Amino acid sequence: MAETTTKRKLPGSLEINRQLSQWLTINKNGTVDMRPGKIEIGQGILTAVRQIVAEELDVNIDRVKVTAASTPTSPNEGTTSGSRSIEESGVAFRYAAAEARELLLARAGVKLGVSIEQLSVNDGVVKAPSGATVSYWDVTSDDLLQREATGEAKPKAHTQHKIVGTGAKRIDIPAKVLGKPVYVQDMQTADLVHARVVRPPSQFAELLSVDIDDVKKMPGVVAVVQDGRFLAVVAEREEQAIRAQARLRRNAKWKEVAQLPEFNPRYLLARTPKTEVFSEKKGTPAQGKEFSAEYTRMFLAHASLAPSCAVARCDNGKYTVWTHSQSIYPLRVELAPALGVPEEDVVLHHVEGAGCYGQNAADFVATDAAVIARSVPGRTIRLQWMRDEEFQWEPFSSAMVVKTRATLSPDGFVTDWNMDIWSHGHGSRPGRVDGKSNLLAAWYTEKSLPRAPTGNPPLPGGGSHRNGVPIYDYPNQRVTNHLITDQLLCVSSLRGLGSQTNVFAIECSMDEMALAADVDPIAFRIRHLKDPRAVAVLEKVAQMAKWQPKEKGANNKGRGVGFARYKNAAGYMAMIAEVELGEQLRVTKIWSAVDVGQIINTDGLTNQIEGGIVQAVSFVLKEEVKYDRVRITQASWDDYPILSFTEVPDVEVALINRPELPPVGAGEGTQGPVAAAIGNALFNAAGVRVRDMPITRERIVAAAAS
Amino acid sequence: MQITVNGRVLNVAAEAETPLLYVLRNDAGCKGVRYGCGAGQCGACMVIIDGKPVQACDVPVSAVAGKSITTVEGIGSEEKPHPLQSAFVEEQAAQCGYCITGIIMSAKVLLDSNPSPSDAQIKEALSKNLCRCGTHLRIVRAIKRAAAEMSGARS
Repeated sequence: MAETTTKRKLPGSLEINRQLSQWLTINKNGTVDMRPGKIEIGQGILTAVRQIVAEELDVNIDRVKVTAASTPTSPNEGTTSGSRSIEESGVAFRYAAAEARELLLARAGVKLGVSIEQLSVNDGVVKAPSGATVSYWDVTSDDLLQREATGEAKPKAHTQHKIVGTGAKRIDIPAKVLGKPVYVQDMQTADLVHARVVRPPSQFAELLSVDIDDVKKMPGVVAVVQDGRFLAVVAEREEQAIRAQARLRRNAKWKEVAQLPEFNPRYLLARTPKTEVFSEKKGTPAQGKEFSAEYTRMFLAHASLAPSCAVARCDNGKYTVWTHSQSIYPLRVELAPALGVPEEDVVLHHVEGAGCYGQNAADFVATDAAVIARSVPGRTIRLQWMRDEEFQWEPFSSAMVVKTRATLSPDGFVTDWNMDIWSHGHGSRPGRVDGKSNLLAAWYTEKSLPRAPTGNPPLPGGGSHRNGVPIYDYPNQRVTNHLITDQLLCVSSLRGLGSQTNVFAIECSMDEMALAADVDPIAFRIRHLKDPRAVAVLEKVAQMAKWQPKEKGANNKGRGVGFARYKNAAGYMAMIAEVELGEQLRVTKIWSAVDVGQIINTDGLTNQIEGGIVQAVSFVLKEEVKYDRVRITQASWDDYPILSFTEVPDVEVALINRPELPPVGAGEGTQGPVAAAIGNALFNAAGVRVRDMPITRERIVAAAAS
Repeated sequence: MQITVNGRVLNVAAEAETPLLYVLRNDAGCKGVRYGCGAGQCGACMVIIDGKPVQACDVPVSAVAGKSITTVEGIGSEEKPHPLQSAFVEEQAAQCGYCITGIIMSAKVLLDSNPSPSDAQIKEALSKNLCRCGTHLRIVRAIKRAAAEMSGARS
């Protein structure tokens, strides 16, 4: 009889990286090596997965050494994004470590001459009822984990957890506060040379002429690279590279074209989209009062504190790149054809950069560095983008327009919901195999690759349509996505993707209808919710903020609510914002109740939520990418201000732990609820409904006048 | 040209107008002085010169010839961290951490002149420092904790 070849489904990223040895090594010297394919971006993921491994193995957490992701040695966990790292990497480690523990106990049992059930473990020391002991380190061997995971080892019950669910301190923070060279920006080798790129003044510019000869003669200059329209300099010292860059910029003549859209997201409505109805529900015909509105948001930047950087070498046609990319494996897939080499000739090592909150220029600078390395073979080149380059060439988060139309029944229920979303794609991460590319430099080199259209991560998570489907229970519903696939400004993923604007639209509409129905906005939401976890976070946040039913703002001060379940599948987040309208709109406090299932690290989670809230406030109050019809015009923090220390609101976070439920992502879920809570609080404070973000003084004045 | 970095005299090979930042990072090996903007707008490269916070990206090395410069590497080490550095670990006051060294230097200047600052004074002292991860509230708490510990140690 033919044997079935169907492989069993394994948990998390074990499914695609099935060898236990890819994940863990139990060393004879009393340490455990773990190799996550996910990467640290300041979210504390390495600390959290380390807790999981220490927990399942029953070893002291200090024994567990974490190796940063690297294409030769790590499991392929794709991209670190979408708040999926605990679900994918954390779960894989949980099962891999549980199985490693079973294998170790089996060997220990043989040595001690007792059955596994009789053994106990304390920090890797296995004890028999007689008191005889043997340690993991005694029984381990090189072949211990050279086997495919079965997924059958049972992880501990949450009631037994001692390390998971605590606030274990982050492993990366001590080196960071001491100023150690932990970032890719800090890498130093004896043969290191410094590179800078010279980009066109605008994306679609043609290179008319460039004089590279006098740049070559400048002090310290090692090479001037001209590869099609891709220009770069390499020099011995960093400041020499910067001077050479400035000279080469002056020496390059370009012809620019006015190809950027107007400075208003509504340009999206006039473009030809790919239209898809992605949620439809037909119930009892709707009757009642109709509400319709239009919400917009401008392009946003990731605006990482550190401009992007990469280090690269080319030796005998083979490339090694050190990068803060969130996608080392997918980047390799797309980088190899851009360099014209097979994938096995490209090795990528992850080294931390500054927080990125989505796809910043990490993949772009890595590509630039590899292209430059080709011209200076045998030397290590360090390419640091400058601040203006980061502000002008990082992939932005698309502007959006959302139109809503809803019907409110006379008894105060939403009976019909229609929403239409217009946006460019929110996912241009690397990994394409269709010969097109999203890697900036690949569009400009001699053997250039065509620019890829913009797209979205697929549903159910989605991209521009993320959180486009309301979590509320409406009998009639139709949600339509209008995806604009062209890419006038370069776009990709930013924390939360389309959820920020979609939740803003849904939640502002809910408040308006609650007011019309004369029902408290929190009670109004709850009457449309069936999920008890959703109700619980709303009730919790109301209690924290001492929310008064139907409370009214006064003297330009007020409060408002915002709620969503991220991706309708991850964390539940309910927020109350308190605002004060003076010369500018000021957010003074945010209360927040959060349920992300089982909590792995309480303090790490709180840190992520606090940070997400503060950043969301910054997005809503201040941020928009500046451009005219030809160029991105922002070059500095003056042009793209973010929330400062004196403007940061007080933040209070309550966590609802559900240790019996799977842990889900937390980092991105704050964006939509915060935006909505601020919009609703402004209305509560001053009676002005602003539907366009950022909510600046100009927009408040305009909305008040209309 | 000579400069003194964390008590060590350094002969500078760079041209006079080179921003101090690159000399500190690449010649003195002080990578804790971070590049963020090159225009004195973000505070990631904050160092202390003559008791004042100075953004190293925004000052030519020639302007500090003969002066004594303190970087984050000069205030504490793994074995003996500065109370501010310990407090940032205690409060877990970092996400990506890129802004933190500059913030610690601004905070040190503040605490050197004002041993028990209010929240508002701390925020004001950090008006030249940006943090993109939204760690602001923890940072303020860490500085208050350090202030308390330093006052305790003095009394």
